[in-house]
Amino acid sequence: MIDSIVGLYNYWIAIFLMMAGFYTVIASDNLVKKIVGLNIFQTSVFILYISLGKVEGGSPPIVSANIDVYSNPLPHVLILTAIVVGVATTALGLSLIIRIKKAYGSVEESDIIEADQQMLEPTQDEKQ
Amino acid sequence: MLAITALAVIRMRSLFAVVILFGIYSLLTAVLFVVLDAVDVAFTEAAVGAGISIVLMLGTLLIAGRRADADTHTPLLPLFIVVITGAVLVWGTFDMPHFADPQDPAHQHVAPRYIYDSLAEIGIPNMVTSVLASYRGFDTFGELIVVFTALVGVMALLGIPERRQSRRQVSEKTGPEFSGPILTIGASWMIPFIVLFALYVQFHGDFGPGGGFQAGVIFCSAFVLYALIFGIELTYKTVRPKLLILTSASGVLLYAGTGFVSIILDGNFLDYNVLSNTPKAGQHLGIFLVELGVGITVASVLILIFFSIVQSRKRRYQMQPDNHLDSQVRE
Repeated sequence: MIDSIVGLYNYWIAIFLMMAGFYTVIASDNLVKKIVGLNIFQTSVFILYISLGKVEGGSPPIVSANIDVYSNPLPHVLILTAIVVGVATTALGLSLIIRIKKAYGSVEESDIIEADQQMLEPTQDEKQ
Repeated sequence: MLAITALAVIRMRSLFAVVILFGIYSLLTAVLFVVLDAVDVAFTEAAVGAGISIVLMLGTLLIAGRRADADTHTPLLPLFIVVITGAVLVWGTFDMPHFADPQDPAHQHVAPRYIYDSLAEIGIPNMVTSVLASYRGFDTFGELIVVFTALVGVMALLGIPERRQSRRQVSEKTGPEFSGPILTIGASWMIPFIVLFALYVQFHGDFGPGGGFQAGVIFCSAFVLYALIFGIELTYKTVRPKLLILTSASGVLLYAGTGFVSIILDGNFLDYNVLSNTPKAGQHLGIFLVELGVGITVASVLILIFFSIVQSRKRRYQMQPDNHLDSQVRE
């Protein structure tokens, strides 16, 4: 039992962080906070991958003379590029938020929905 | 620690504090990556998470406002969904291999070849670099194109950053008057070293932790620091946005070009063995060129994104619905 708690602890941390990010995305009204939540979600996946790559007694995957056991370099490569792609996509999300702010004057989801409904109503009247 | 910071991020309503806490969270993650032997990744996370993404988010906050309103709907339903999903995922972990187990399936497939044969096949000690640029060069090419596409998207949304034409419009608050002597002198001492370090990381990536992605990010952080301390107008004088647009595309071209040259020399796309007399020398040359392309593109894309977000504060966008309303009012 204790064995499995220690052995699976890394997954549980990743799951906890992922759920924290998920909660922020679905529960918060503010778009900037949603982006931060998405980033936390993303980091939890990074942690999952990197912890998969760790090998007992291993050292960083750079060849040197008197080391035999290395950690797995493959997850490192995948996550390394994912981080940079992540910041680029975050920037895209942030620029969407900027345009939303300029168009609606708010970045709260409830305000945006309200403004959308107000815009739609007069056109429906015109049709009638 | 990470968990506590994440919880604080959820509860806070001051967005400024949320963003700064997210920076601390990223720095903690980077430390965790060092402990887990992923030095290259830790490098990138520290520079990206704790540096650039924070600056971009703060730039957005300047426009979008610093405080979040209280959430209108009850948190019960989301909490319920999250707890259920989390419980299912935890249930799933009971079949997973234990942490740091050498018999883990993840370490059985291609990893042994990368670990034990890469020195003989590629000839550089840093396995992460040889996997990134050579074994999985296609993946990295794809990622680079995603980064470039994100830049195209940001510029399509926010407009292409430009230097203002008339010099008179440049505000007087540029240069040393902008932020006081301590910051100015401190930054002007630090920036050359940051750039030097970025170049070291770029060209030493074969032997130690480092490479194009990390170097590009560090290079960008030097320019962001310059812009924060000396003002954006002076930064435009140092690096012209038009030049950056050219370099961001030419990095991708350099990467693709290396691939096409190896096709012309009777190899496969991105097969570096044919680039030089011996396979190892060819691999060295190919990885050098590809990493250079990655570094150039990542640095210029991130600087351009920073410029776009900063400029969008003053820029006015034509909105279709607003024009419509205006014309109705006039009538």
